[in-house]
Amino acid sequence: MSLEIDFAGLKLKNPTVLASGVLGTSAALMKRVFEEGGAGAITMKSIGPEERAGHANPSVLELEHGLLNAVGLPSPGYKNMEEEWNELEERKFPLIASIYGASVEEFVEVSKFVAEKKPDAIEVNISCPNTQEHGQIFGVNETASAEVVSSVKKEIGKIPLIAKLTPQAPNIAAIASACEKAEANAICAINTVAGMAIDIDARKPILCNKFGGISGPAIKPVGIKCVYQIFKAVKIPILGMGGISSGRDAIEYIQAGATAVGIGSGVYYQGIGVFEKVCREMKEWIKENEVKSLEEIRGCAHG
Amino acid sequence: MTKLPKMVSIKRIVQETPNIKTYYLEHKMNAKPGQFAMLWLPDIDEKPFTLTAKGKECAVTVQCKGKFTKAMCDLKEGGKIGIRGPYGNGFSTEEVKKVCIIAGGCGAAPVLLLAEQFKKKGIDLSVILGAKTGKECLFKERLGKTTKNLYITTDDGSLGEKGYATSMLEKLLAKQKFDIVFGCGPEPMMKKAFEICERKGIECQLNLERYMRCGFGVCGACALGKWLVCKDGPVFKSEQLREMPEFGEKALLKSGKEVSLKEFAEWRQ
Repeated sequence: MSLEIDFAGLKLKNPTVLASGVLGTSAALMKRVFEEGGAGAITMKSIGPEERAGHANPSVLELEHGLLNAVGLPSPGYKNMEEEWNELEERKFPLIASIYGASVEEFVEVSKFVAEKKPDAIEVNISCPNTQEHGQIFGVNETASAEVVSSVKKEIGKIPLIAKLTPQAPNIAAIASACEKAEANAICAINTVAGMAIDIDARKPILCNKFGGISGPAIKPVGIKCVYQIFKAVKIPILGMGGISSGRDAIEYIQAGATAVGIGSGVYYQGIGVFEKVCREMKEWIKENEVKSLEEIRGCAHG
Repeated sequence: MTKLPKMVSIKRIVQETPNIKTYYLEHKMNAKPGQFAMLWLPDIDEKPFTLTAKGKECAVTVQCKGKFTKAMCDLKEGGKIGIRGPYGNGFSTEEVKKVCIIAGGCGAAPVLLLAEQFKKKGIDLSVILGAKTGKECLFKERLGKTTKNLYITTDDGSLGEKGYATSMLEKLLAKQKFDIVFGCGPEPMMKKAFEICERKGIECQLNLERYMRCGFGVCGACALGKWLVCKDGPVFKSEQLREMPEFGEKALLKSGKEVSLKEFAEWRQ
């Protein structure tokens, strides 16, 4: 059985998508994740309005059941990426450009420029936990989320808009619903879960930014719950993520209601080939269970 | 493998050159030559360093020049530092018989354990060691113990032959046939060494450097074209170097902005 899907108008060879913030730093590397890794689509590292260095190290840590990061949205700034855009123009893979800003105006400014580069979709990152002024400050509030989404949507026209949400929101389903009303074409959930680690010998927080976002196996139950709740609240498709590194993980997200599945930390656990591995295992499960299409099991856990 | 940084004591400090010191740590780390560890100074930063001793008492060698390394140079014996690793691929040394190593400046650090391993295995080894001055010639004694064929070059001629290490490489390759050339040093020098080897049809393994964050192949900060210096590298083979247009030309800043290698080097200072 083919794993091809249609996700918000994007034709993907399989439902696995490289999550933003992992390996999306160069055009050549993104191409490798598609060709060698087997991903169905690639999300770029989030792009901001100005050049931004991000946080000092340590900025990514290996914990027992996941990763903890506070990379802090480093970005060349949309104006400093000409060569990368030129390389990406000849791409053979579906490209999702992730964008961030510290105000609605900044989101609009970045989206206007990025839309001209014709990515296959634009992901609006209103959920980064690692800087004070960007991201999550919008994503925990329905009105603010909707305002960013509708303002960006006006700029980017027909390009599908994916709103990336945070599990830190008190009611993520309500945020998703607000984004849908503001004309988002899809929801991406979840971004990382806020966390912290202290080195008891140094008696200090390990991350330079003190706080960070947890990803990997530790947050899979959080992601599953969020996707399940969002599926009930909206009609637009969901890109589910958080702790996926096997075919069974991906199927679990699909049964919760996801159309596509994002993989980030899975690259750490399984290498760049994680996408191909997840697809192979999905196919095995589908065959064993005599499932005819992914549609058949999407949201089936809702009964 | 130490995953989270572990705070360990500095057992002893050896002054190698006027501004380079080796820190022996009370920490066991086994690693292949060319692999590296991440060192953490709480409240300051975390940076990658190649290992210059492995086993029961691992060591790193540090040039005091930036904010992090200056803070490290202020540490005394008994002081504490965080360490995690080892990371990276390290040099591949299977089936090599006659070997040349070329190192420039602090590039002597990543090839030190390699040369010592070759000595132990009785492999025919020549080492070219380049530095600005004789005083700054790193590990000349330890490298001298690994081979009778140690060729030193200095920019000012204060030790060994006046001139570039790559000119010495050209001279050696004109007279002798090596199975492979291993190298580490400033990237323009590595590019030159690679071009010389390509002309002669000799395989290379070069240890390269980029700004790094995670160290384990996830964040993409150290992307060098399609490769990750932390995971696919830091040692790259000729077949990879041939497909790496960024080699000797371009690098990503901490922001991810791609700049010329010259601008990258200035930023690193």
